[in-house]
Amino acid sequence: MAEKNSVRQLVVIGAGPGGYAAAFHAADLGLKVTLIDTEPNPGGVCLYVGCIPTKALLHIAKLLSEIEKAKKWGIEVGEPKVDLKKLQAWKESVVGKLTRGLGHLCKRRKIEYIQARAVFVNNNTLKIERKRNDTETMSFENAILATGAIPATIPNMPHDSPTVMDSTAALELKDIPKSMLVIGGGYIGLELGSIYASLGTRVSLVEMTPNLMLVSDQELIAILVKRLKKLFESIMLNTKVARLEQAKSGLKANFEGKNIEKKEGVYEKVLVAVGRRPNSANIGLENTNVRVDDKGYVIIDENCRTSAASIYAVGDVTGTPQLAHRASHQGMTAAKIIAGFDTVFMPKVIPFVEYTDPEVAECGLSEKQARESGQNVKVTKFPWAASGRAATLGENDGLTKLIIDTETERIVGVGIVGAGAGDLISEGALAIEMAAVASDVAMTIHPHPTLSETLMEAAENFLTGSVNI
Amino acid sequence: MVEEIRLPEISENVESGEVIEILVKVGDFIEKEQSVVELETEKAAFEVPSSVSGKVIEINVEQGQEVKVGQTLVKVDTEASKEQENTASAEESISKEEESAAEEEPATEEKESVIEEKTVEKTPNKKRTEEAETGKQTSETKDKEPVKEPERAESAEKKVKPSAAAVPASPSVRQLARELGIDISEVSGSGPGGRISDNDVKGYAKGLISGAPSPGPKRQVKAMPDFTKWGDIERKAMTATRRKIADTLSYTWSNVPQVTQYDQADITTVEEFRRQYSQEVEQAGGKLTITSIMLKVVAAALKEFPIFNTSVDADREEIIYKKYLNVAVAVDTDRGLLVPVIRDVDRKSILELSVELTQVAEKARQHKVSPEDMVGGNFTISNLGGIGGTNFAPIIYWPQTAILGVARSRRQPVYIDNRFEPRLILPLSLSYDHRIIDGTDGLRFLRWIVDNLERPFLLIMREQAG
Repeated sequence: MAEKNSVRQLVVIGAGPGGYAAAFHAADLGLKVTLIDTEPNPGGVCLYVGCIPTKALLHIAKLLSEIEKAKKWGIEVGEPKVDLKKLQAWKESVVGKLTRGLGHLCKRRKIEYIQARAVFVNNNTLKIERKRNDTETMSFENAILATGAIPATIPNMPHDSPTVMDSTAALELKDIPKSMLVIGGGYIGLELGSIYASLGTRVSLVEMTPNLMLVSDQELIAILVKRLKKLFESIMLNTKVARLEQAKSGLKANFEGKNIEKKEGVYEKVLVAVGRRPNSANIGLENTNVRVDDKGYVIIDENCRTSAASIYAVGDVTGTPQLAHRASHQGMTAAKIIAGFDTVFMPKVIPFVEYTDPEVAECGLSEKQARESGQNVKVTKFPWAASGRAATLGENDGLTKLIIDTETERIVGVGIVGAGAGDLISEGALAIEMAAVASDVAMTIHPHPTLSETLMEAAENFLTGSVNI
Repeated sequence: MVEEIRLPEISENVESGEVIEILVKVGDFIEKEQSVVELETEKAAFEVPSSVSGKVIEINVEQGQEVKVGQTLVKVDTEASKEQENTASAEESISKEEESAAEEEPATEEKESVIEEKTVEKTPNKKRTEEAETGKQTSETKDKEPVKEPERAESAEKKVKPSAAAVPASPSVRQLARELGIDISEVSGSGPGGRISDNDVKGYAKGLISGAPSPGPKRQVKAMPDFTKWGDIERKAMTATRRKIADTLSYTWSNVPQVTQYDQADITTVEEFRRQYSQEVEQAGGKLTITSIMLKVVAAALKEFPIFNTSVDADREEIIYKKYLNVAVAVDTDRGLLVPVIRDVDRKSILELSVELTQVAEKARQHKVSPEDMVGGNFTISNLGGIGGTNFAPIIYWPQTAILGVARSRRQPVYIDNRFEPRLILPLSLSYDHRIIDGTDGLRFLRWIVDNLERPFLLIMREQAG
């Protein structure tokens, strides 16, 4: 452990997936590392109030829908009852187990972990606030900024009201409201909306644009939307929440937009899920040479260096896509650079997964993007209706798509909707990173019966036609 | 009558040059043969003389402009006399000049607006670079400094470079290329769909080293750090001469396996001879220097060792022996090192060589050496002794196969006949193309030069005999 007041070799600020990956990797490479976070253990948004608790609860949602499906297969277990306290405790135990685990890994690497807030004083000094009036300064040779992002808010909304939640509050799962309005049709809104809807809440979702999951391949999203329409009470597209005011039985929302479904509605709770903004304010960046863009994202180069020579930045604070796996890869890149290795953060693809039921997963170019960029591509599909494994799971509406460059036959994009899509997408990511051509995937023997076969079948379909369709 | 002074034929294969300086102003009266524009080509800098005398009424080029052979440089009124001041036309052309100068102002690069969220999420790399670029320009306000010009140039350069992530190579192969300092987008893949394997990268690297023709540009450019992070900088374009030097040296460095050997000659006797005859040479209009004596010695050495008077044709795997003895001499000028060539050195006396060398060096320093004066050398002598130094390893001036470095001579105690004697010792170095010259030959050549410097009568004896 570093002594007090000595110059730290590397200070990592923020212990989310970007920060802890950077800290651990740097320690493994022989650097003396100090890791600072406001939580007692590493984990960040991902483990405490993001990926992990959401996925734990989405697993429950999936289970509930399976129970429902099972009725058709001759299995009746009665109506499920939800013990909220137990559910909360289970979720907490998952989070606790993982974050404590990270705490141990931190100790084992002899990383100095400080539970505090850190504010930059200059390019080589931090002010550490453990508690109020308990501050010290700390000098460093290098710092990695990994402060992440925080939920964005909408102006003129009563965000202070206990009935208006952001994703963090929603994950606390204090109660199961009878009705809920989800503002925002991105992945956070859809995932959290799905959780509450599965637990019995009547969920209405409102989205300003004409599509849910605007960035995604809409052919995949259409399959998800078909199921969400059954799960949610209503999905209002091209609709904006003009006003939100307290009413007797909850919050009254006034809607605006062309051909809107309804002008207003009253909801017990409102979830605002309109994206996340970088956590780059109030951490003293103005005292350094670090530059941020007009949205507040810290500007970095391919080595994750900021414009201050001693400060690196990784993860959500540096831009989109705000994903844990992007952050941790950036973290490791920064650690390697500081340790003297020559490397860059320049992946071909960063896979994206939407953990709804069904899951949607994508990597590389979408059909639309490929065509818009003028690349000659052919799209090959394998509908899960033709998959034996999908049939045994009752997941017939899934779809696997490959976007293939016509000239080179290289796979440039993969999109999957269906159960386990998030786990299936890694094969697509590997194929693209390795510059695989369609026949590489087609000629790789995939085990039968599995959902992974759908990738092979799609590739075969491109080459000679799949034997199964 | 108005005459147009055009850029004449400069030399073979030279079709254009860059204007370094305009030596006349509108309204100037010039004589025939007076230089009007100083020009720099890839081979040399020189001045363009006027073919007529008269008054300059228009200047048609600007400093830094690339002009082609036959292009009008200035217009001269041959009938105007000094008394007839034609102010109107002078003013007209001055304003014209200003106008075109204004047009030269670099257009400010348009900042790319932040791309739609839609595309952003799916193409993080693109976003990355763009953020890094546009960010550099937009977030300067904090520093209360105007956006620096060089940064723009840098980011513009980045933009045209294809992203390494778009190249069909696996992450490990991309890392390999990075470690070898190779731009992977230059490597062509042998695999299906153009996939680049580790062997493709290694093969490309080998090609760079062995000089085999590579599909891409020959120079490897690594991304520059942003130096403005640590302080102010200034960017200046390389001059044509500098570019040419850089290009030739890079080519030699990466294509010619060269070895340098060192030796030293006791030139006490030669120095006595030099002093003795220096006045005589001076009267003839030259300066008797170690370099001019060295020219003679080298010429004789090249006759004795013809392998040093060659070029290598790597493509045809042939050695080209030259039947003439042209030796280049490096001359320090404010434009960088220029290398004028002294022709048929073997057929000239030391006196003649001294006079010629003095003249050509002066020409080079005054930028009057023509491109023609700088080509056709077989071997180079680089004497840095005037500045100092104990020794150095010169780089061969491709397509030559050897170069002799001369450092500063020093009086040193030498143990002769049981006692120390002060002797004048001259450090020499010889770099040669190791593909065709073995180390033993290299040393023999160098020893031969040393022997003949130490015992100059050997040279005279041979000369008389030959």
